[in-house]
Amino acid sequence: MRLIEYIRQPWPWFVAGLLIGLSVPALLIMGNKRLGVSSSLRHICAACFPAGISFFKYDWKRELWNLFFVAGIFIGGMISATLLANPYPIQLNPKLITDLQQYHIGGFSLLEPTGIFSWQALLTLKGLIFTIVGGFLVGFGTRYAGGCTSGHAIMGLSSWQWPSLVATACFMAGGFIMANVFLPFILRL
Amino acid sequence: MGTEAIKKQGIKELNNDFEVRSLDALCINESELKHPWYHNIKYFFVGIFFGIILVKAEVVSWFRIQEMFRLQSFHMYGVIGSAVIVGMMSVWLIKKFNVKTIYGEAIVFHPRQFNKGQVFGGLLFGFGWAITGACPGPLFAQIGAGFSIVIITLVSAIAGTWFYGLIREKLPH
Repeated sequence: MRLIEYIRQPWPWFVAGLLIGLSVPALLIMGNKRLGVSSSLRHICAACFPAGISFFKYDWKRELWNLFFVAGIFIGGMISATLLANPYPIQLNPKLITDLQQYHIGGFSLLEPTGIFSWQALLTLKGLIFTIVGGFLVGFGTRYAGGCTSGHAIMGLSSWQWPSLVATACFMAGGFIMANVFLPFILRL
Repeated sequence: MGTEAIKKQGIKELNNDFEVRSLDALCINESELKHPWYHNIKYFFVGIFFGIILVKAEVVSWFRIQEMFRLQSFHMYGVIGSAVIVGMMSVWLIKKFNVKTIYGEAIVFHPRQFNKGQVFGGLLFGFGWAITGACPGPLFAQIGAGFSIVIITLVSAIAGTWFYGLIREKLPH
């Protein structure tokens, strides 16, 4: 098999984990930067709409690196969806497929079900919840918690910050509650 | 004002800026050096690398996140768990061998304070994570991968962050 075909396959968890883990020392050694993504949302607020709010009154240019980093993530997404795209549909647990089929949300070959994440679905109640309400909770929750999966779960735990362990446990608890208790109702809407 | 006073004032402002920047933020630039903007280009390349991993390992998939929260797959636990182990070993090595940055600056780790935000905010983010199937990193990667609708999710996440800034003083911490 040619190397490029090999790379185009979905990467196993240990390859991804190793490489994500290595981004921690890479950023530290390049210039004392802590891996994290959600802060970029704050820097965008500070740069574009500070509105006199003291939380956004800081020199965001000192954190310009983070905006370069997320711009890179965007380009990385583009590269993987074109040059490195996996030609086969995503392999899912058959149980999840049967569970989700009852809601008729469709689009199993893609990364997201198109029945709830699409421009056509945006103005439906489901579409509003999945894109707008969900996004708002991500932005509000990560900042309130002081970090997201990369900042708390990976960078925070890597440097033995116990508040990050609390935050990670709460991320997981919130996710379990939403996915198992509320989503079955929301998906039926 | 004498030069000494101006210097002091400058240092005070700088310290205050650091305090505000590090408020509710774990992931900040802790370097005290100032460089021209193009020194940031290297982080763009780390971002490309990071984005490729997120998509290729299907971490950006809404379905993978559902599998994780329904305990139907080990994949996400494997990715996050092994990333933490590699990160921990790297941090340990950096501390042990007193590794410096490429600019020769010491890498130090400041302990973070616990506050109630990690609980309340953590739960709220958990809800959002299960709904959108994406944490902030994957939002950028999904848009790059061509899911243009996620632009709306990202804008909404920016609005959520802004709203947090607006009502921050009124929330329990």
